[in-house]
Amino acid sequence: MALQLMTERWSGKISVVSIGATKEELGTRTHTIRIGGEESLPCLFQEAPIPNKPAIAFEIWDIAPSDWLDELNKVYGNVLNDPLKWAEKCVKEFKAQSLCIKMQGAHPDFGNRSEKEEAALVKELLKRVSVPLIILGCGDDTKDNLLLPACSEAAKGERCLIGSAVGDNYKTITASALADGHSLIAESPIDINIAKQLNILISDMGLPLERIVINPTIGALGYGLEYAYSIMERARLAALSGDKTVASPFVCFVGQETWRVKEAKTDHPEQGIIWETLTSTALIQAGADLLVMRHPKAVEKIDKYIEELFNHK
Amino acid sequence: MALSGLDIYKLLPKTNCKECGFATCLAFAMQLAKKAVAIEKCPYLSLEAKANLEASSLPPIKLITIGAGEQKLEIGNESVLFRHEEKFHRPCGIGFIIEDSLTDSQIIDKLDKINSLTFERVGQKLEINLVAIRQINDGKRFSDAVKIISSKTSLGLVLMAGDLSGLKLALELTKGKNPLIYHATRENLSQVAQLAKEYKSPLVVYGQDLEKVAELTIELTSQGVTDLIIETANKPIADKIWDLTQIRRLALKKSNRALGYPALVIVEQDDPFEEIQEAATYISKYAGIVLIKGFESWQVLSLLTLRQNIYTDPQKPLQIEPKLYPIGSVNNKSPVLITTNFSLSYFTVLGEVEASKIPAYIMSVDTEGMSVLTAWAAEKFTPHKIAESINKFALAEVVTHKKLVIPGYVAMMSGELQDESGFEIIVGPKEAAGIPSFLKNL
Repeated sequence: MALQLMTERWSGKISVVSIGATKEELGTRTHTIRIGGEESLPCLFQEAPIPNKPAIAFEIWDIAPSDWLDELNKVYGNVLNDPLKWAEKCVKEFKAQSLCIKMQGAHPDFGNRSEKEEAALVKELLKRVSVPLIILGCGDDTKDNLLLPACSEAAKGERCLIGSAVGDNYKTITASALADGHSLIAESPIDINIAKQLNILISDMGLPLERIVINPTIGALGYGLEYAYSIMERARLAALSGDKTVASPFVCFVGQETWRVKEAKTDHPEQGIIWETLTSTALIQAGADLLVMRHPKAVEKIDKYIEELFNHK
Repeated sequence: MALSGLDIYKLLPKTNCKECGFATCLAFAMQLAKKAVAIEKCPYLSLEAKANLEASSLPPIKLITIGAGEQKLEIGNESVLFRHEEKFHRPCGIGFIIEDSLTDSQIIDKLDKINSLTFERVGQKLEINLVAIRQINDGKRFSDAVKIISSKTSLGLVLMAGDLSGLKLALELTKGKNPLIYHATRENLSQVAQLAKEYKSPLVVYGQDLEKVAELTIELTSQGVTDLIIETANKPIADKIWDLTQIRRLALKKSNRALGYPALVIVEQDDPFEEIQEAATYISKYAGIVLIKGFESWQVLSLLTLRQNIYTDPQKPLQIEPKLYPIGSVNNKSPVLITTNFSLSYFTVLGEVEASKIPAYIMSVDTEGMSVLTAWAAEKFTPHKIAESINKFALAEVVTHKKLVIPGYVAMMSGELQDESGFEIIVGPKEAAGIPSFLKNL
């Protein structure tokens, strides 16, 4: 008797979020990145369509990071002092398909750069590189409410992904994304209910659910990875079962979490790289759609892994 | 599927004869459902009912033991598809493949390195489980290699030989060590089954796909060989994930006994990063055993940590005993840092205090294993709770300075804690990484 396999019939589907507008779409990007769209759990291609591969963005900063580890400083060298050159290095040398710029220097404790300066940087960055862009605030709510609208406007029509909207600070940034044609990162602290609630609040303001990406907040391998892993699995199961309010792709900030753990500070350069690589690997298996990473070697390994996953029967 | 007490009751004679030691058949049925009593206690059970009960009391994924003694590996008995539903019970066995084409001294070098691969994270020992010897040369060389390896490791062994005479020699050499035999195929089924029976060893069953594997396990169990581990052919990663997922789904949801065994995967990948990525993928997706070749310490530490994460009980965070821990050569002037009794919080703080080389006390408050912010939100890490711990651990008698360092994330409780405890509160860094420079400037 033939073996009867067990395939789940899911009623829901993850929404597709596009990042980057090309000339045809009145932007200036050379390509668009599409994430999401899964109709099944990660890698179960034989069950239902999984149309888009997970994407990777290189993390860059507006100022030279003061606390990055030697292994990263060694790789990037002098360009860390110049965000434009840094961006170009990622694109030209490391073949970055997208960039994530963090406006750390706008933070009151890190130089307090003005929103005008940062908006000018975004404009210049869009001229110098043509990959899709993710723009992150500095994490200080008051400052972000000035900064993000300015950056959003500077990138109007380029269909960036901007963030992060959080539970008690989402209105200003949502309004900006809506006005300037961007998508939004909605961040929740490893909590599926807060993620759901925030998605509802944002979509109530008129931003369609198809323009939201969830940042579930992750921990690095050995530092709470399993919490994010299970929250993502639970959210994915709920979404596939029909709950549209959590049916958003996931963005995971792997670089920033892995490059501060004890294991990344050892004498073996491979230890930090494998930490970033393996954290990303596990999160892809939990449903990650977009990974923001730091080390080019880790990116290269994850890129290859994704290619292999999509090479199936 | 396990039967409920009422399901079992229906199969009993319902005569309330009391010969089983219980007042009624129903009471006996309830105990049976809890597996607190043996079926044999009922002398009047029909053969059919007995077979029924026995089958239903078997776990859907059989528990298999490899090796003997303290370092034996037990896998199987899994009960869920997703760890949040309950937990993954028995951590996937990780093993290294050594080929018999190496020289004796190369083999010994490898074993020495493998034996040194133990790590400790958040208070748990992380260890590898198996050494697999793969036949490349003839059967005689294989058994010689097994002899060397078996004398130098107490880990479980996997005997990977296509040459059956070599396999038999190796089994003879490893009697009592309960090695795993690799592997039975359609072609060698009866001979290998005979060896598994003779040496009472667990056996890997290999088939191109799930259907072929299921056919073989049915044949083997009918021959009385039941300690099985299953393996499908090498294939692209996603297809392997599909196989592993189907095995778990069919065993748990469809009570498919032919696939109700742990699964083994061999990672054949030369790049050290990609090897670990692939192995980690299978550990996350239901593999019972993963065999790899590379054993650089950075590879192994990351893989063992991944396994620890995936197999942590989601309902029971790893905890340590709440108490006052002296770190380094402390005296009554040493600073006191407060954290929770969540293992990850404590060990992260511990690592940084040690790195600072400044002797200090860490006071771990009982937060039922919650982390700082979670515990604060759940009111398990409140000024009142902390003040209680201060009294319980008689802090005022241990140090003379009456100062406390609290995590930066709970700075808001400073005032209240000062009032409750009578200690001066110093707000520490938010992240443990800031502790060394904080302590130096204290």
